[in-house]
Amino acid sequence: MNEFQMTTTDLIGMDPGWLIAVKALLVFAICVVLTLFSIWAERRVVARMQMRLGPNRVGKFGLLQSLADGVKLAFKEDLIPKAADKIVFVIAPLISVSVCFLAFAVIPMSGPVMMFGRETAMQLTDFPVAVLYILAATSIGVYGIVLAGWSSGSTYPLLGGLRSSAQVISYEVAMGLSLVAVFIYSGSMSTSEIVASQDRFWYAVVLFPSFIIYVISMVGETNRAPFDLAEAEGELVGGFHTEYSSLKFALFFLAEYVNILAVSALATTLFLGGYRALPGLGFTESWLGGWFTMVWFFAKVLLFFFLFIWLRGTLPRLRYDQFMKFGWKVLIPASIAWIMIVATLRVLSAEGAPQIVIGGFTAAMVLLVLAGTSIYERSKARAEAKAHEVPDMPEPTFPLPVMPTGRTSAAGIVSARSGEGSERNE
Amino acid sequence: MNQLAFEVGQTATPEAVQFYILAPIAVLAALGILVVKKAVHAALLMAWIMITLAIFYIANGAAFLGVVQVVVYTGAVMMLFLFILMLVGVDSSDSLKENLKGVRPIAITASVGIALLLVSLISRASLGREAAGIEVMNSFGNVEGIASLLFTKYVWAFEFISALLITAAVGAMVLAHSQKSADAQKSQRVKSVARFRGDSLGTAAGLPGSGVFARHNAVDVPALLPDGTPSELSVSKTLKARGDVIDGGKYALDQLPQANEAEKDFEGR
Repeated sequence: MNEFQMTTTDLIGMDPGWLIAVKALLVFAICVVLTLFSIWAERRVVARMQMRLGPNRVGKFGLLQSLADGVKLAFKEDLIPKAADKIVFVIAPLISVSVCFLAFAVIPMSGPVMMFGRETAMQLTDFPVAVLYILAATSIGVYGIVLAGWSSGSTYPLLGGLRSSAQVISYEVAMGLSLVAVFIYSGSMSTSEIVASQDRFWYAVVLFPSFIIYVISMVGETNRAPFDLAEAEGELVGGFHTEYSSLKFALFFLAEYVNILAVSALATTLFLGGYRALPGLGFTESWLGGWFTMVWFFAKVLLFFFLFIWLRGTLPRLRYDQFMKFGWKVLIPASIAWIMIVATLRVLSAEGAPQIVIGGFTAAMVLLVLAGTSIYERSKARAEAKAHEVPDMPEPTFPLPVMPTGRTSAAGIVSARSGEGSERNE
Repeated sequence: MNQLAFEVGQTATPEAVQFYILAPIAVLAALGILVVKKAVHAALLMAWIMITLAIFYIANGAAFLGVVQVVVYTGAVMMLFLFILMLVGVDSSDSLKENLKGVRPIAITASVGIALLLVSLISRASLGREAAGIEVMNSFGNVEGIASLLFTKYVWAFEFISALLITAAVGAMVLAHSQKSADAQKSQRVKSVARFRGDSLGTAAGLPGSGVFARHNAVDVPALLPDGTPSELSVSKTLKARGDVIDGGKYALDQLPQANEAEKDFEGR
C-alpha cells in the first residue's frame, strides 16, 4: 500500500509543464460538460419522479437542452439595477464561478495511467493539506453568494445572502468535523493518500456516522433542497440571484452545479474509495490501461448527484430556525462526540491495548448513546406535552345565525356585534 | 520574511516574482481599507489581504498555515460583514462627523504611539540564533511539524488561548441573547386556541384583507365592514407607518357619492 501511494504522489510530481496544462484543461472541460449533462439529468429525473416527461426535444432524449438554454441565457439582456453596487455586483458571480473549479484540482479521478506516453495519474496536483484546501476554496465561494445578495441593493437578495452566510458558517463546522475522523484514520490530509488508505475498507463503512454527517452538511453547504433557504423561491423570489440576468446568472448556475459535483467528488474520495473499484471487482482497475478507474470514480460521483436530485424531488424545504437548530444542536455535538470516540479507539489500538479493552469501550459507548437517546426522547415528549397545554381561558361563545323560524338567538347576535365593535375600536 | 530569505540567498526567482507582484497589491489593498467609504468594501479588501498573505505562506513552504489562514479568516471576515450589516446598516457610508468631542486627537495620539512602539520593537527583534530554514522544520512534514510543536512545547499557551476564545464567545452570546418575551415562547397551537377564546372573534380567522368590499382592491385601501365603515386592521402597519395609506374614511359607504365625483373629475382630465 505504501509503495503505491508513493508512486501516485510521485507520478504527479514528475509531470512536465505541458502535461499539467493538458490536465488542467481536461479537468475544466470535464466540469463544464458534466454540468451540462447534470442539469439535463436533474430535469429528467425530477420530471420522472413527478410523472412528467422533462426536456425531450433538443437533441436525442433532449440531451442538448442545457446547451440550448445556455446559449439563450447568454443572449439575454444584461441588467444592472440602479441601486446596485456596480463593482461588487459584477465581481460576485466571478468569485463564485472561478473558485468552484479549484476543488477539482486535488481530486484524484484515476489511478496510474499512461497519458501521451508518460505515466501519470488523472489528478492535477496533490499536497499534504489538499482536503483543507478544498474547504478553503468552498468558504471563499460563499463570498460570491453573500456579495451578490448585498450588492443587488434589494431586499430579497439581501435576505438570501444573509441566510446563505449564516448557513455556510454553521454547516461548514459540521462538515470540517466530519472530515476529522477520516484524517485520524488515514493519518493524512492528502486526497490521493486517503484514497490509497481505503484499499481494504471504505470509510463510509468504517466511519459511518462521519459519512452521514458529511452527506447532510454537503447538502447544506451547496444550498440545495431541502436546505435551499438562500434561494427559497416561495419566500425570497430567487434569493441572492433575484437581480441577476443573462451571463452573470448563468455563471451562478454553473457555479452551483460545479459545487454540487465538487462536494460529491470529495465525498467519493473520502468515503467511497475514490477511483477504486467495488470490493471484489478489483481486477477491473487495470482495464483500459488503468483508465477504467475513471469510470468507477464518475459512477460514484453521479450516484451522489442522483442523491441530490432524489432529495430535491422528495423533501420539502426546512424552516430556517429548524435548519439552524439541526445544524448547531444536533450535527455539531454529534460530530464532536463521534470524533472523541474515534480518537480514543485509534489511540487504544495504536498503543496495543488488549481486545477486551477495545471491545469494552465500544460496548460502553453504544450503551451511552442508547441511554442518551432514550432520555432525550422522554424529555422531548414531556416538553411537547407542556407546549401543547391549553392556557386557562373561558370557553368561546360563537355567534349563532338567525334561525329560520323567525326567532333569534339573542345571545348569539349580541356576541357577534360586540366582536365587531371591539374590532372597530382597536 | 522575504527580506530574511534574501539575506540568506535562498529566494528562488518565481518566489521573488510573485512577491513583487502580490506585495504591492496587498499594500494597496491595506491602504484602500483606510480610504474607501463603504464599510463592506473595507471588509472585502481585508479578505483580499488575508488571501494574499496565505499565498505568501504557501510560497514559503508553510502550506498548512496558508490554507488555515484562508479557512479561518474568510469566516472571520464574513462575521465582520454581518456585523457591518447589523450595526452600520446595509447602505450607509462612514460618516466623518465627530460625535464625541475631543476623541480625534486622543485617537491620533494613541495610534501614533502604538505604531512607534511596534516599529521600535519589531526592528530590534531577533531570533537569537540562526534561522533553521523551512526545510529543517518541514523534515517530518509541514502538518506534523506544527502539530508536534503545538501539542508539546506550546501546549499550555494553546490551551489558554482556546479557553480565552471560548470564554469570549460565550460572553458574546450572553450579551447578544435577549430574554424572549412571553409571547414569543407561545407555540402555534396555543396562539390559535387563544384566538378563539379572547374577547372578540373578529380576528379568529385572521385579519381582514385589504380592499374587501371597498371600491378598490389595492393594498393601501382599507376593507369596508358590513356597516360601511373602513377597517383599520385590514391595512399593513408598515404601510401606515410609512404614510402610504389612503385615508380610509374617504371610502366609507356614506362618503361614496363624493368619492364617485372625485373619480369622475380625475377621469375627465
